[in-house]
Amino acid sequence: MTTVDNATGPETATRPRRRLVAAPSTWVVWALVAVFFVFLIGILVSVLVDSFGRRWFGGWLPEEFTASWYAEAWDRFNMTHVIGVTVLVGVSVVVISVLIGVPAAYLLARRNFPGKQVVTLLFLLPIIIPPITYGIPLATVMYNVGLGRTLVAVILVNLVASVPFVIMTMTPFIEQINPSIESAARMCGAQMKDVFLRILGPLLVPGILAAAILVLVRTVGMFELTFLVSGPPTDTLVVAIYRAMTAAGGGEARALISAMAVVYTVTMLVILIVALRFVNPTQLVARVRDTSSDD
Amino acid sequence: MSSGSSASLRHRLAERGIDRGLLMLLPALVFTVALFIYPFLYGIGLTIQPTAGMQEQWGGGIWSNYVAFFRDPFVFDSVWITLRLALPAALFNVLAAIPVAFKLRGKFRGKRLLTTLLVLPITLGTVLTAQGLLIFAGRQGWLNTFLVQIGLVSEPIAFVNNYLGVFLSLVISGFPFSFLLISSYLSGIDPSLEAAATTLGASWFQRFRRIILPLLAPGLATTFILTFVLAFSVFPSARLVGDPTGDTRVMALMAYRSFGEQIDYPMASTIAIMMGVVELIVIAIVMLWRTTLYRGSTGGKG
Repeated sequence: MTTVDNATGPETATRPRRRLVAAPSTWVVWALVAVFFVFLIGILVSVLVDSFGRRWFGGWLPEEFTASWYAEAWDRFNMTHVIGVTVLVGVSVVVISVLIGVPAAYLLARRNFPGKQVVTLLFLLPIIIPPITYGIPLATVMYNVGLGRTLVAVILVNLVASVPFVIMTMTPFIEQINPSIESAARMCGAQMKDVFLRILGPLLVPGILAAAILVLVRTVGMFELTFLVSGPPTDTLVVAIYRAMTAAGGGEARALISAMAVVYTVTMLVILIVALRFVNPTQLVARVRDTSSDD
Repeated sequence: MSSGSSASLRHRLAERGIDRGLLMLLPALVFTVALFIYPFLYGIGLTIQPTAGMQEQWGGGIWSNYVAFFRDPFVFDSVWITLRLALPAALFNVLAAIPVAFKLRGKFRGKRLLTTLLVLPITLGTVLTAQGLLIFAGRQGWLNTFLVQIGLVSEPIAFVNNYLGVFLSLVISGFPFSFLLISSYLSGIDPSLEAAATTLGASWFQRFRRIILPLLAPGLATTFILTFVLAFSVFPSARLVGDPTGDTRVMALMAYRSFGEQIDYPMASTIAIMMGVVELIVIAIVMLWRTTLYRGSTGGKG
């Protein structure tokens, strides 16, 4: 809260500022942001340079540049397979969690029924409890029923975190759709199925897209849960990188891991750029209302 | 006749909100019960079925996992290690995000770009952040090379493989998240409230203290809780950029050690469940603080 202390005195006497945080504190904020960006860009660029570098033992740049780490990483870690697994897991989790989550979100947004609060709490718990806490018992169950290290197990554990996430993001979205549209459709004789497919479906497309992309990003980036139940043949990209970094004997060559990390970042960036075309990030949690005042 | 009475029963239930429409909730409920509630209860059951070795070493019959948890300093100290890491990190993320969110509230050129850049690291993932920190902030990385060359420090600073490394990685992944949440809570506060206070002569500090802070408090509490959850369950970065045998021997690491390396599922579940307990205690304290600070509707939000 450094910025708050910064500007107590003389500010009161002068004409009120347009913004709450006054001018003297501005540079603190920008310094904060700048340091953050230095780290962020430093991290990204050094991984990128490392992945193309040969013999980089300190100094500003490596001695030579090469693209061979990518080819080597591709062969050594069976990247085609790893990326295939990652995409398969990501897409399955998105499709299943949307199919399960959206109807539940609809009900929570529109109806009152006995036990609604209990149900809401039930869906909230997996979000606020650390993944390891439920992940370890869940993984134990999976290994006991013989699902350990299978693709099914990886998809199922990711659903535990994703279904509540879809419900939580979709509920406020559905709340803003005027219920009288649905009532009108019902008056005209539409069945529940028709209401969903013809009325709600098209209106919900942006929300579903937003939730789906966020779930995709979460699933592709999800380390803890996937790691607990996956084995080398069912590792997603993050887990494969972690295993390469912690492999016995000090891990694999650093540049190999950097090459994998770059592939991972590029994958994530593509997803994110697609996402930002449809979603304004700051409106995800608030009710989507301030379009008029913002943009 | 029977059909008539069942119809009226259905009608009465429908009036209370119970009808066939509720079936839409069923898949989600089945999933949550099967994949969350059941394993959770199963895990709690496991904690009171300690392995023979555990019982021999720590005694205590069915409770020997818990005895081991509280008596074994190697395990129990991880509680403090985790809190010492997660609480400052979450607090820093929330406090630093407030002024930045305020600055980025107004309209200006490049706002969307800046917001996007700030939010971008959410997608980086802890493993990549760890790798980047090791290279960028390591002994021979650019950061240390720069600091030594401008003469700010004589020896390279140990940014990684210690507490600081994990803290930095928690800030890099947690700050964008709390910034995103706080700015969206901020956008829910009606600017006319502030304008009204300004016309009554309130200084910006008074406005912040009396108007924004109370309205923002629930959002701050939520943000703190969510970033705390993220920081509390830190696991890969504690292993990769931390000092996993010393300063950053967090609970998640201990739980995984029992699970994956010692294949002691009961003890692993015990540590995992205790992790949930410790975290819920912190969350409860935050919620309590929130209610003492401000009771009343959040006003600004829909």
